[in-house]
Amino acid sequence: MSNEAITHGAEVHTSHDTHHDEHHVHHHKETFITKYVFSQDHKMIAKQFLITGIIWAFLGGLMSVLFRLQLGYPETTFPWLEDILGHWAKGGKIQPEFYYALVTMHGTVLVFFVLTAGLSGTFANFLIPLQIGARDMASPMLNMLSYWFFWLASVIMLSSLFVQTGPASGGWTSYPPLSALGGASEGSKTGVDLWIISMAMFVVSSLLGGLNYISTILNMRTKGMSMTRIPLTIWALFFTAVLGVLSFPVLLSGFILLLFDRHAGTSFYLSDIYLASGEALPNEGGSAILFQHLFWFLGHPEVYIILLPAMGMVSEILSTNSRKPIFGYMAMVGSLFAIAILAFLVWAHHMFVTGLNPFLGSVFVLLTLLIAVPSAIKVFNWLTTLWRGNIRFTPAMLFSIGFVSLFISGGLTGIWLGNSSLDIHLHDTYFVIAHFHIVMGVASFFGMFAGIYHWYPKMYGRYLNNTMAYIHFWITMVGAYLIFWPMHYEGLAGLPRRYLDYSNWVSFNQFGGLNRFISIVAMIVFSVQLLFVFNFFYSIFKGRKVTSQNPWGSNTLEWTAPLRPGHGNWPGEIPEVHRWAYDYGKDGREFIPQTEPVGANESHH
Amino acid sequence: MSLTTIFILAILLLGFLITFQIAKASEYVGILKGEKKTLEQNNRINAFLLILFLVGGLIGVYCCHELFKGKILGEAASDHGQKIDKMLHLTVIITGAVFVLTQVLLFWFAFKYQYSEKRKVYYLPHNNTLELIWTVVPAIFLTVLVGYGLFYWFKITGDPPKDAMVVEVTGKQFNWIMRYPGKDDVFGRKYYKNISDKDDNSLGLIWSDVPELNLKADKAAQDDIVTDKLMLVAGKPVKLIIGSRDVIHDVGLVHFRMKMDAVPGTPTTMWFTPLYTTKEMKVKTNNPDFVYEISCDQMCGKGHYSMKGQVEVVTQAEFDVWMISQKAKYQTAVLDKQKTDKPAADTTAKAAVVSNVAPNTVAVKK
Repeated sequence: MSNEAITHGAEVHTSHDTHHDEHHVHHHKETFITKYVFSQDHKMIAKQFLITGIIWAFLGGLMSVLFRLQLGYPETTFPWLEDILGHWAKGGKIQPEFYYALVTMHGTVLVFFVLTAGLSGTFANFLIPLQIGARDMASPMLNMLSYWFFWLASVIMLSSLFVQTGPASGGWTSYPPLSALGGASEGSKTGVDLWIISMAMFVVSSLLGGLNYISTILNMRTKGMSMTRIPLTIWALFFTAVLGVLSFPVLLSGFILLLFDRHAGTSFYLSDIYLASGEALPNEGGSAILFQHLFWFLGHPEVYIILLPAMGMVSEILSTNSRKPIFGYMAMVGSLFAIAILAFLVWAHHMFVTGLNPFLGSVFVLLTLLIAVPSAIKVFNWLTTLWRGNIRFTPAMLFSIGFVSLFISGGLTGIWLGNSSLDIHLHDTYFVIAHFHIVMGVASFFGMFAGIYHWYPKMYGRYLNNTMAYIHFWITMVGAYLIFWPMHYEGLAGLPRRYLDYSNWVSFNQFGGLNRFISIVAMIVFSVQLLFVFNFFYSIFKGRKVTSQNPWGSNTLEWTAPLRPGHGNWPGEIPEVHRWAYDYGKDGREFIPQTEPVGANESHH
Repeated sequence: MSLTTIFILAILLLGFLITFQIAKASEYVGILKGEKKTLEQNNRINAFLLILFLVGGLIGVYCCHELFKGKILGEAASDHGQKIDKMLHLTVIITGAVFVLTQVLLFWFAFKYQYSEKRKVYYLPHNNTLELIWTVVPAIFLTVLVGYGLFYWFKITGDPPKDAMVVEVTGKQFNWIMRYPGKDDVFGRKYYKNISDKDDNSLGLIWSDVPELNLKADKAAQDDIVTDKLMLVAGKPVKLIIGSRDVIHDVGLVHFRMKMDAVPGTPTTMWFTPLYTTKEMKVKTNNPDFVYEISCDQMCGKGHYSMKGQVEVVTQAEFDVWMISQKAKYQTAVLDKQKTDKPAADTTAKAAVVSNVAPNTVAVKK
């Protein structure tokens, strides 16, 4: 019943919009500012998110190259580093404070600015209206603000790199007391203030975006587009938005308490502290662990905020390019739902060794390992989607297959880390780095690349260069495994994270050669990403032009819009939908678009 | 910039240019050949590369293991460590099997079902039996893993045996301070505001009355032994009471496979039984330089990477000898100094002025 009501509402809205749009097309002239800068067109906002994300990915990646240089060559000096970085690299060696600033910024930038804003910001904006058949977001204005708050967050974060005492350097998790006390770390002086303000802006951005995505998906679907007919991309983006809306405020509250502890003399996180400078702080009775609860209550859902959009896009791309329906659509939706629920119930598995009550820990073990069940369902469903398909290896398809491979590899090590007794040994070692980089970092990047390669023709009306795309895929795929697979072994040997030099340790100095190898591969992989960035910007202007409206032979609605859709997406009526998005290879037909009415003789599934 | 840097940059740039030219050229060739033919050709090449990646990858995984298995996880040096290693082996077998199975299926399917003009795809939107199988089977395996894991977890985090010796470990930027309770077997009170590095009271032990902090002297603190070395006895359970003076640290004991955060204001504990003395481990690991080390495993500031603590595991007899040689901190920090300086009536004069004890002093009894 509710479905009907919603559909009906959408219908009314549609006709109104069409009317409005006709006016729009004929009478308004868009200026450069309204079209490219303060645009309220979801497609332009998506591109803004994407390009800002690419810039951040470049910076964040460059930071990793710098600290890999230190890890691979701890003994060597690089005089040119001092030329560029000044006192941060005195004598051509990266200073410890700067090393920690680098890893902190690398984490923050990639987790939040690239894989949250750059990934769901881009594709939620671009795909939601196009795939559900809407003219734009529920509130284009809030949508625009969402980008500009992100922009503000970006500028503040960037500016923190140029502060005298350096940017935040207490890790991307910013645990107090380290992050609360300027006396404990240089980066915790002005750096952390800027970091918190930037993150607050980011939370605002992500809430504005998220609320918009949710209301658009729920209310603005075109006629016939029931919730069980929306493509899996939309389901994934929907759950992503829900996760963000429910968990980011908790993070913000944690940050505000941190700000109070820093400047207002409160003791939420501080107790019994005597600084090395000889000063005993007055704060007593706070709990440093409280921040970790608040942080990971977002921190863990955040992992899925990063991963779910990739899962959704991969499902769509795998099905389209296998020319075969996604296997188990409802199971895919159900497992997304299960993951979204469980995402809120597992945060303390990041805290097994904080002195957490062992019984509480055991509950979190159980809930954590439960996530493996929906994850397994997803993997097997993807595999079955490939089975007896007719696969075209477009660059997007290759990245999707790469995603599945990485998701398996990284997901399985989650079973190790989620089991608290193993976590005692593996916690905060390279094993963790390997795990989350593979399953969340690289896998989501693969999802993002897949999405870019797949929807680039829709975004810019041109193709990316295929040869460069294949080179990009293969070197990244091989490189990602070469970088992160051996790190499992370093982790098993107990190598702690966030060490810039292991040579003084009897227990940890056996991996010098391996670290150098990883650093070299990391640099190669980074330079190949530059090739992608070049391909991206070059093809906007010079890429091969798209001539067919539906270049991949896809069922979803975005491919019924014109080659270069204007604001409003469809010039006439919004198309009506008659079936789900995955009728590939049905009744001997290669694909049947969602807009095609169900034939009288069509078989049922 | 040095010559090598310029050289590397030049090579990179050249590489880009060449790649770009080839990419451009192949695009034109593709247009000439026709879209369909290009697609088929690319498809064949990539399908082959995928299967090559699978085979090469699996060989790589094997080689990687052969290369590094000697560098990880020597024999666990504690009873808990042995349990954890057992758990690890079970987990590696289960997840390893799933890993190989799913990766092989993924790449094999991709290769086998690559585009062919003749192939008709199998329209298979769902199958309840299959879906049920891969919901239930993983759930069963996970139950086993959770069961084993929690069984060990409760053993490891449960109460230590009654005869365990107790040592207090305190982290600070950037080293570790150990405290033994001394002859009376009781840890005396301490208070963080009483810490004074210049007076050699790094833990803030309340040796004498401190009226400005409302602290009353605790006799039990006067025989406490403060040292920078963690001395343990092989075969004897030890319970560590862990704290921190400033930020969060983490007592990482890689050979014992143990780890616990050091949180300012909230003491934590962990216990285990070291199995082998340092000397025995030198033989076992075939490394004459072997030492047990405490690594800080929680980011704690610029010196985090060098925050090392020393651990030595000895026999009971050796431990007793060492213990006798240790002087109480109160002795070395206060009494010995008073002897060398002029005898001051200071400390005794202040005694017994304040009667109530400050609320936040930490007293730990075994």
